[in-house]
Amino acid sequence: MRVMVFVKATEESEQGITPSPEVEQMFLDMGKFNEELVNAGIMVAGDGLKPSSFGKRVAFDGPGRTVIDGPFAETRELVAGFWLWEVKDMDEAVEWVKRCPNPMPGPSEIEIRPLYEMEDLADLIPPEAAAIHDGVGEKLAKR
Amino acid sequence: MAADPTHRAIEAVFRIERARLIAGLARMTRDVGRAEELAQEALLAALTDWPRSGVPGRPGAWLMAAGKRRAIDGLRRAAMQERKHAEIAREREDERCLSIEMIEAGIDDDLGDELLGLIFAACHPVLTPEARAALTLRLVGGLSVEEIARAFLSSEAAIAARITRAKKAIAKARVAFEVPRGQALAPRLASVLEVLYLIFNEGYAATSGHDLVRPPLCAEAQRLGRILAGLMPAEPEVLGLLALMEIQASRLPARVGAGGALVPLPEQDRSRWDQLLIQRGLTALARAEALGGGDGPYALQAALGACHARARRAENTDWRRIAALYDRLGTVNPSPVVELNRAVAHSMAFGPEAGLALVDAIADEAMLRSYAPLPAARGDFLLRAGRNAEAKVAFEAAAALAGNARERDFLLARAASCVKNRG
Repeated sequence: MRVMVFVKATEESEQGITPSPEVEQMFLDMGKFNEELVNAGIMVAGDGLKPSSFGKRVAFDGPGRTVIDGPFAETRELVAGFWLWEVKDMDEAVEWVKRCPNPMPGPSEIEIRPLYEMEDLADLIPPEAAAIHDGVGEKLAKR
Repeated sequence: MAADPTHRAIEAVFRIERARLIAGLARMTRDVGRAEELAQEALLAALTDWPRSGVPGRPGAWLMAAGKRRAIDGLRRAAMQERKHAEIAREREDERCLSIEMIEAGIDDDLGDELLGLIFAACHPVLTPEARAALTLRLVGGLSVEEIARAFLSSEAAIAARITRAKKAIAKARVAFEVPRGQALAPRLASVLEVLYLIFNEGYAATSGHDLVRPPLCAEAQRLGRILAGLMPAEPEVLGLLALMEIQASRLPARVGAGGALVPLPEQDRSRWDQLLIQRGLTALARAEALGGGDGPYALQAALGACHARARRAENTDWRRIAALYDRLGTVNPSPVVELNRAVAHSMAFGPEAGLALVDAIADEAMLRSYAPLPAARGDFLLRAGRNAEAKVAFEAAAALAGNARERDFLLARAASCVKNRG
């Protein structure tokens, strides 16, 4: 199964990266951890995100679209980095996260969310939607 | 046991460590069956100790130390009984490496060498490819016998027997649990790659059974491929095979249609292709090519897959490049099936006559004489060349050779369409 692993933001991470011996050490430790993930064959993708002050949101309300500039207030709900892993189950994902060096100088949190798999979607997509999908495929093939 | 969160956590840790554990213990005992038992004993020790003492900081090193201590106990008992001097000597040597610190240091130095040694042993050419696949899935992939039996549509008893025989054959041949060096490496690595691709294909093009594709088996082969690429980053064919698997797997979501039938590549809904896997495949392929491995059989097949992956619509496919890649593959890794695909590629790039010339040159190959895709391709070329009557004969010949009813119906329908198109 695939899981998305979110490193949650903190007050510090929202300030951006400022060079210091601690930050340097964290990058070293994180590099080692990433290597372990690669060698275990579970790492599919991953990266760090800039603070939300660089980000934008688009709010939807009916036909309306409103662009909101960062930074965003609810720091603990923000994401500072992510991985995409291929693991056997959630237990294994949890054990891998426990091995991660603390990504932040202070207390921090990492969240694990399983992705929908093909099998889940087979039950979720209504037959009409599946038919539209297949119709698109046929049209493409004929083109 | 599964309900208790501590036990579940311990078992998850064990699954993560299991292959490395077996690898280290097999190298020490030179007996993979014994290594599996010792690993299991280490798990039991963890299940007793950890709920009280907590999970240790380096669980892998703890489990390895527990396993090695038990291995030494066993050796010591045997030595006491039989007074085998050689074993006593080996035991003394091993005992010196037993402190947790030394094992931790060993794990840090190891860089996965022990795990690689296990992979090479499980994929040793003394075993048949099927035995290698089963043993690799069991020892390195950590799949249960039941899961392997399901994957290969075999009975648990048959798979268990196959694995037992394979372990005995490895012991009998005195296979070392090490990465071969020098000239021995290339043929042994080829044997490993063959096994990974066999596992992948069993999931991708299931040869029998209800499901036409079995994505979990593909995922396991990809995982093993990623491990191998992580541990052998300078081997271009490892990267070539990884690229090939990632790119082929990117099409899994589009490969099976609503009715459960296989959807051929030109008709697939390309919006369902997994773009992340395509990117991973293209990156691995670029690394293989940068290492000078662009001409390897797996890298060439990955490059072929990449041509399709890059075409957002079927009609944008770069058939000239595909034809050139098949020319190359036909030289590097000649086979009648490659020649047939080469004929198809040339027909798409340069017209049906070019395809006909190539396909007629291989029509007498013994391997292809009862191979339905050959007359089917011929029929397709003839139809596109406007030679409908000949095309109809070719499609009918292909239908007579078809492996299953669905394929036969499809070919007979094509034969019938030759007559309609005439008017």
